[in-house]
Amino acid sequence: MSDPLVKIRDLKIEGRSDETWTPIINGVDLDLNRGEVLGLIGESGAGKSTIGLAAMGFTRDGVRISGGSVEFDGIDLLGASAAVKRGLLGKRIAYVAQSAAASFNPAHKLIDQHTEAPTQHNVSSRSESVQDGVELYRRLRLPNPDEIGFRYPHQVSGGQLQRAMTAMAMSCRPDLIIFDEPTTALDVTTQIEVLAAIRDIVEQFDTAAIYITHDLAVVAQMADKIKVLLKGDEVEEADTRTMLSAPTQDYTKSLWAVRSFERPKKPAVLTTATPIVSVCGVTAAYGKIDVLHDVSFDIHQGRTVAVVGESGSGKSTTARCITGLLPPRIGHIEFDGVEMPLDYRKRNKDQLRQAQMIYQMADTALNPRKSIGEIIGRPVEFYMGLKGREKRKRVEDLLAEIELEPTQYIDRLPSELSGGQKQRIGIARALAAEPKFIICDEVTSALDQLVAEGILKLLAKLQDELGLSYMFITHDLATVRAIADEVVVMKDGEVVEQGEKAAMFQPPHHPYTDLLLSSVPEMDPDWLSNLLNERGVDNIGDAAVDKM
Amino acid sequence: MAGILKIVAQRLALGLITLFVVSIIIFVAVNLLPGDFAEAILGQGATPESVAAIREELGLDRPPVVRYLEWLGNAVRGDLGTPMSQALFSAYSGSNAGSGIGTVMEQIAPRFRNTVYLAGLSAAIAVPISITLGILTALYRNSAFDRAMNIFTLSSISSPEFFLAYILILFLAVLNPILPSLSNVNAEMSFWSSERFVKTLLPALTLTLVVTAHMMRMTRAAIINLLASPYIEMARLKGMSPMRVIVKHALPNALAPIINVVALNLAYLITGVVVVEVVFVYPGIGQLFVDSVKIRDIPVVQACCLIFAAAYILLNLTADIMSIISNPRLRHPK
Amino acid sequence: MSVWMWILTILIVILAGGWMFRKVGQITSGNTPYFRDMPYGVAVGYVAAALTLLFVITTYIKALSAEPGAEANKYFFFKLAIHFLLISAVAAWVFRWLGRQIGTAGTRKLFRQMPLTASFGILVIILYALTAIFAGAIAPYGQEEILGNANVVPGGDPNIGGDPKYPLGTDQIGRDILSRLIFGAQNTVGIAFATTCLAFFIGASLGFLAATLGGWLDQLLSRAVDALMAIPALIFALLLMTIAAVWANKFGIPLTLFMVVIIAVIDATRVFRLARAVGTSIVVMDYIEAAKLRGEGLTYLIFREILPNATAPLLAEFGLRFCFVFLTIASLSFLGVGIQPPLADWGTMVRDLGQFINFAQFAPQVALTPLLAASAIALLTVAVNFVVDWMLHRSSGLKE
Repeated sequence: MSDPLVKIRDLKIEGRSDETWTPIINGVDLDLNRGEVLGLIGESGAGKSTIGLAAMGFTRDGVRISGGSVEFDGIDLLGASAAVKRGLLGKRIAYVAQSAAASFNPAHKLIDQHTEAPTQHNVSSRSESVQDGVELYRRLRLPNPDEIGFRYPHQVSGGQLQRAMTAMAMSCRPDLIIFDEPTTALDVTTQIEVLAAIRDIVEQFDTAAIYITHDLAVVAQMADKIKVLLKGDEVEEADTRTMLSAPTQDYTKSLWAVRSFERPKKPAVLTTATPIVSVCGVTAAYGKIDVLHDVSFDIHQGRTVAVVGESGSGKSTTARCITGLLPPRIGHIEFDGVEMPLDYRKRNKDQLRQAQMIYQMADTALNPRKSIGEIIGRPVEFYMGLKGREKRKRVEDLLAEIELEPTQYIDRLPSELSGGQKQRIGIARALAAEPKFIICDEVTSALDQLVAEGILKLLAKLQDELGLSYMFITHDLATVRAIADEVVVMKDGEVVEQGEKAAMFQPPHHPYTDLLLSSVPEMDPDWLSNLLNERGVDNIGDAAVDKM
Repeated sequence: MAGILKIVAQRLALGLITLFVVSIIIFVAVNLLPGDFAEAILGQGATPESVAAIREELGLDRPPVVRYLEWLGNAVRGDLGTPMSQALFSAYSGSNAGSGIGTVMEQIAPRFRNTVYLAGLSAAIAVPISITLGILTALYRNSAFDRAMNIFTLSSISSPEFFLAYILILFLAVLNPILPSLSNVNAEMSFWSSERFVKTLLPALTLTLVVTAHMMRMTRAAIINLLASPYIEMARLKGMSPMRVIVKHALPNALAPIINVVALNLAYLITGVVVVEVVFVYPGIGQLFVDSVKIRDIPVVQACCLIFAAAYILLNLTADIMSIISNPRLRHPK
Repeated sequence: MSVWMWILTILIVILAGGWMFRKVGQITSGNTPYFRDMPYGVAVGYVAAALTLLFVITTYIKALSAEPGAEANKYFFFKLAIHFLLISAVAAWVFRWLGRQIGTAGTRKLFRQMPLTASFGILVIILYALTAIFAGAIAPYGQEEILGNANVVPGGDPNIGGDPKYPLGTDQIGRDILSRLIFGAQNTVGIAFATTCLAFFIGASLGFLAATLGGWLDQLLSRAVDALMAIPALIFALLLMTIAAVWANKFGIPLTLFMVVIIAVIDATRVFRLARAVGTSIVVMDYIEAAKLRGEGLTYLIFREILPNATAPLLAEFGLRFCFVFLTIASLSFLGVGIQPPLADWGTMVRDLGQFINFAQFAPQVALTPLLAASAIALLTVAVNFVVDWMLHRSSGLKE
């Protein structure tokens, strides 16, 4: 076999913080052969994107390569002159960014940006590359391929832009493409069609690719081999099937195990029991436009109701109606059989206390200028009237409850905590009010998988101990599978389907639920191929949604 | 295209309303004078006859709303009233002052020309320099050049205009007699004559110093913001030359912020002009304004105030509309 | 036209020099990446910087070796400026060095990260504050004291009309200029500081109220501020000062008091904008929502949740606003409608002594006095701006 296309040896990269250089990548090797797809996975801060860019001989501002070598097809990229590198970039090495909406220049049409690389690198004439662009759009199954390129980026949807960017990367038929989390910002039903398009085109042109992602199930579909990174170090590398079936390192095993966490099924609810929370026929509007239509569901004591749906489906709006931030136009909310005032300002302290909330972004949910003790202590004092030593005792108990060492954390500021720890503080603040019911709004979606699993386990433990009820808002069906007792599926402000979890994951269901469920990538490397065979190539993603 | 026209029309209407409100504020402010200002202006030497004469002359015996509407109506037609000095003169001499010599408009018109010339010259020097330097500091940010420029611009922003003016006089007029320190331009000098140019150069340079600093810093911030965009990184990753990245990818998007910066700073010139004109004894509106303030010539003060405010609003409006027009999202709606 | 020829020649020399510099660098260094990948602009920058440095050094040498008389007078101010720059650089460096040695761990860390400009700024601000507070004790004479000898030349050299008793000379009616400069610190800076505080009190409280409550109050205040801000600040101040002058006459209230209120109100509109913007960006945070849902009252929300997070931007804004107020007051005084005599004030001093600048060629010491007052104003604003710039830079750096 010939030399690898990309050969990285002992790559060391440093980033600048506070005027000093700290290592980000501590000596990573990488080999990639022609036509091969390497999946680069790891949690945030693992250095995936940095390595991806370094493979192009590129570093961002404030980052520098401090050692090692990067060779592309025998060319030393680190020693090459700027002109030589420019000759390779765009022509033989291309890049697909995470946010296509931000990475397309808003001032130019898609096709003009598409033809830029071929014309500037003298690969083909403008008219040739326009034709080729239209052909690529067609192959990537973009709607109206003849016309879509003549639009401006803001006139095209996110999933379509992501495919247009893949087409742009293909414009010079490069030997290597770096995909940097291309589907992370997309909804599941959109993600699937982008994945299918990318995989097909890479296969068709036999292009080598580095596919960067944090999502194991996605990388299982795309890659021939997988490299796992942790904090700038390589954990292990193997071909995809071996890696999935028999990981050798503990870290990799723990990543894999996250997917298998699932709570035991609880006994069914008595039909006579009064639900803790009842959402009764709620219709709500922002301004004059209704965003929720006649939403009804109950949440019973000690149970978790997962509300699922894609962005814009009205999940969070429902939560705002329950807490009273957005008073419903029609319908009402009951706590324990008692009808609540619609506006939170009209509710009394005890009514406010009953429903607590945990937010998605722990960063914005905790006041950065207050110590942990103050943040948790405030509801203790406000609702329970505890002061001084009693208050401190209660705060310490709460910290112990969320598995943080009280004396060590009580005087810290939120900025001195990790993401998962901040989310735990958010939980403690909700617990401090001694509520019966907690709304969890996408609490794990901003966290790395292992950390998220810890949070889910903590929430489950607290539910068992304190008999709490949860409304769990999420778009991630793996989370639903792990923690929910009941599921409410929402789409465009309406409840599409609701019921026990077990029933929801068994067919038959509403076609939208079906689509949503089947679009969630699974760890099986054949999942995408099977699904495409099942649905037919033209019946995925937006196309499938439109057909409903 | 219809959408953008609508937005522009809205902004224009808003500008008109603002101007209208501003005229009310100015009118109300002037009417805050205790008693009426005929009395106040004449002060100790007021005789009942002279007070009555001024009152009639200025129409102070009628209700404020009528006076406001009349003042506004006249102002729109270009009649800004009679200067107090003229009214005083007529009050004492008994002749009808409204006729013939010296309306406010006649006082202001030639000075307005001069001020526009001064501001225009400053802008012509300042805009190209500051945009070039602003882009350069953004491209070479955190270099020694950038830091030196930062110190320079901070210092010149911080200095009062008269300090900069005296420094320039000191070095360019007194120690090295290159330019005249007095800007006694007059109506005989044609608009494009070199004499007028040379005499205006020193005040124009002073204004340039102040405005350049502001404009440079704002341009720099706008460009840095832009260069951090993912699409600029994308262009570089497509192997485009630095020149092409700037011209093709950064510039079309930088246009809006830069135009904004320019218009905002031209608006800033309006304030700067007042002090600089006084230092150089330049016969512009600013000097007239300050002189009138000192002798409390209310009609002239009112008129100057209205002109300055109108220019200020107009420039801010231009900035607003330009940035709307240059925004591709608005130019090509979905 | 020779001036234009000069400029053109220098430009050509710099542009050609840049190209040559890079070429020579490439050849002599064996084409190392540093010279190979050097953009043309950078090369030109090096050459231009070298030429500027060369010019400054040669002029300074000429200044040092100039014969006393017309020749020396010509370089008098240049020499002074260079000395001032050198002294302030050294002073700032020493101050920062001291700051790194003394104080708590926190302040020492602060000084370690501080650029020279910021330490210079802090040093100047401290000196000004001390001068302002202890003006009565430092100044050799009273600010209104007329000492008999008018127009004594500064420098204390009797040969050219000076007097060692008055190191900076006396003004046109015989008041000691040094004393007036020192009292000016008290008056000008003190009044500007009080005005800024007042502006902040009005602007910030209304701004936060508008941000937290929203609704019609927010609309009303914001529209009112929009209208007031449509008139340029200095112009509006001049208009109101005209009217205030009449009131002051009539009721015998000092005009300076009116000025404080007028400028504070005009400035409060700018503070309102910022406070409202900062407030709104904080109000949308989830922790505010959490506090609202807890049932917290308005006072708790503003003082315990919002304000602690707004201090950094507000502090920076305070510095900028102070500069603005200070410059506006100085400009008003310079135009003759600001701080009223007999209070010693820098703006007024510049106006009164301004014409002396024309004697610079024959008696540079005489021309120095108006510039001293003007640079006293400039120095403080520069200092504050240096510090604010550093603060803003720090807070933007922390966000990343």
